[in-house]
Amino acid sequence: MADVRQIVIDIISDIAPDEDVTNLDDKLSLREQLDLDSMDFLDIVMELRKRHKVEVPQEDYPKLATLESCVSYLSPKFA
Amino acid sequence: MKYDAIVIGAGMSGLAAGIRLAMFDKKVVLLEKHSIPGGLNSYYQRRNFDKGGIRQFDVGLHALTNFIKKGEKGKPFSKLLKQLRLSYDDFKLCPQTYSKILFPDIELKFSNDFELLLTEVHEKFPQQIDQFNQLVEKVRAFNELDLSLGYSSSRETLKAILSDEMLIEMILCPLLIYGSAWEDDMDFAQFVIMFKSLYFEGFSRPHGGVRTIISLLMKKLEEAGGEIRFKTAVSEILTNDQGEAIGVIAGDQELLAPVILSSIGYPETVKLTPQMKIMPRVGAMTFLESIFVFDQKIPLEQIDSTIVFYNNAPKYDYRPAKNYFDSNSAVVCFPDNYETSLRSGEGTVRITYMANYDQWKALPKADYDILKEKVGESALSLLKKLNPAFEGKLLFKDVFSPTTIERYTSHLKGTVYGSIDKTRDGRTPVKNLYIIGTDQGFLGIVGSMLSGISMANLHGLMNEI
Repeated sequence: MADVRQIVIDIISDIAPDEDVTNLDDKLSLREQLDLDSMDFLDIVMELRKRHKVEVPQEDYPKLATLESCVSYLSPKFA
Repeated sequence: MKYDAIVIGAGMSGLAAGIRLAMFDKKVVLLEKHSIPGGLNSYYQRRNFDKGGIRQFDVGLHALTNFIKKGEKGKPFSKLLKQLRLSYDDFKLCPQTYSKILFPDIELKFSNDFELLLTEVHEKFPQQIDQFNQLVEKVRAFNELDLSLGYSSSRETLKAILSDEMLIEMILCPLLIYGSAWEDDMDFAQFVIMFKSLYFEGFSRPHGGVRTIISLLMKKLEEAGGEIRFKTAVSEILTNDQGEAIGVIAGDQELLAPVILSSIGYPETVKLTPQMKIMPRVGAMTFLESIFVFDQKIPLEQIDSTIVFYNNAPKYDYRPAKNYFDSNSAVVCFPDNYETSLRSGEGTVRITYMANYDQWKALPKADYDILKEKVGESALSLLKKLNPAFEGKLLFKDVFSPTTIERYTSHLKGTVYGSIDKTRDGRTPVKNLYIIGTDQGFLGIVGSMLSGISMANLHGLMNEI
């Protein structure tokens, strides 16, 4: 079973190298905790596809709002 | 040959778009007519006959707008760094000293600290400070990146807030000449982009000039696997029976791709597309620039501003010169004044005048050279007026005209800020053909790169998902 939480955090730290990703609250929105805009969310989606062949359709972008929602939405795709 | 995307033009927007597409494994090719990259922001060199070696010159870039300090977030420049995965330090930015807007008997200084401009307005237009603050709040709250906005006049908006006409003219002067395709006015969304990028954020220059930026972008494009072809002009944009763009003819080759991003200008793109019947209007604004090299830089004790926006009348006339060039108004750039620590070696000054394309185009060759001489003399006397104590000996001069701009950039009528018909979401009447760069409507070098990035995201990456 892939560690989806870590996969997302790894991608974020590559996209936004200046952000501190060590103390993220899984229930709070990533946007509130980090300097991420819609362009950065596109990059998360593009990296998921590039690195893990996981597709996220545009209408599902809101499901990547928090780390917790990322894990519940993406886990079946990694299964 | 088949590609996932074709980018026409390897200027700032084309390079940025190419990087984004290649970064996510798109097979992309950039087609550049010229032998070097950069487009409107490029460079050239001339042999130094006195001492040997060569002198390097920037074209276009006076200043990189949108200055931020390292670590500042949520700004256009920081978005650019993230999207292209570049580091702040790679740009080797040298901040400006300060710049000034110089009108008869009055000047306004501004720097990378917005407080300076506020203080200046407070001192010189005390009656207007509350209204000016109101304007600042309006600019701050405005979402200039909304791609659905239509044209609205900046002058009208300014007149509704400020009552001092001189202040309106002075505020508009740098913003118009650093970005407006329209005569005497600009779209308010573009005014906001420019106000934020010049007055809120400010100027810097990469150490090494425009080459530093271009080589960063070229390296990134190569690492990402993007292809680039120089001396490769596109002669036609091909469409299918449904009227959708499917590829281009470049040289003697047919290149096919489902997405075509054109950075060469909206009217220039239409000219290559027989499918498109409606011609966007070509802007009337074009310029002349004189470049001087002296045997010394301006001494530290004489150093004034980095850029002077000079206007010798209370009203700022931003329109084609009536008589070849307008010596009553100029932008004077001192590229050495970004780094006050480096005062040895030769010094450079660049002076830009508004010009008149039709008149320059009609000049016979002999008169053309004589008139260029006159432009140079006029610019030198302006320099003397602004820096009377400077005793540098002139070693080199060069003047380029609207026809020079047309020749090297292939922009119709030598425009620098493109068409007055922008396409903010990049779409054209032809499906799969998109406009990036100046005619998409973001301005300056940072704006151009963000245009390439956002259009590549929107039309090259997101539509796939």
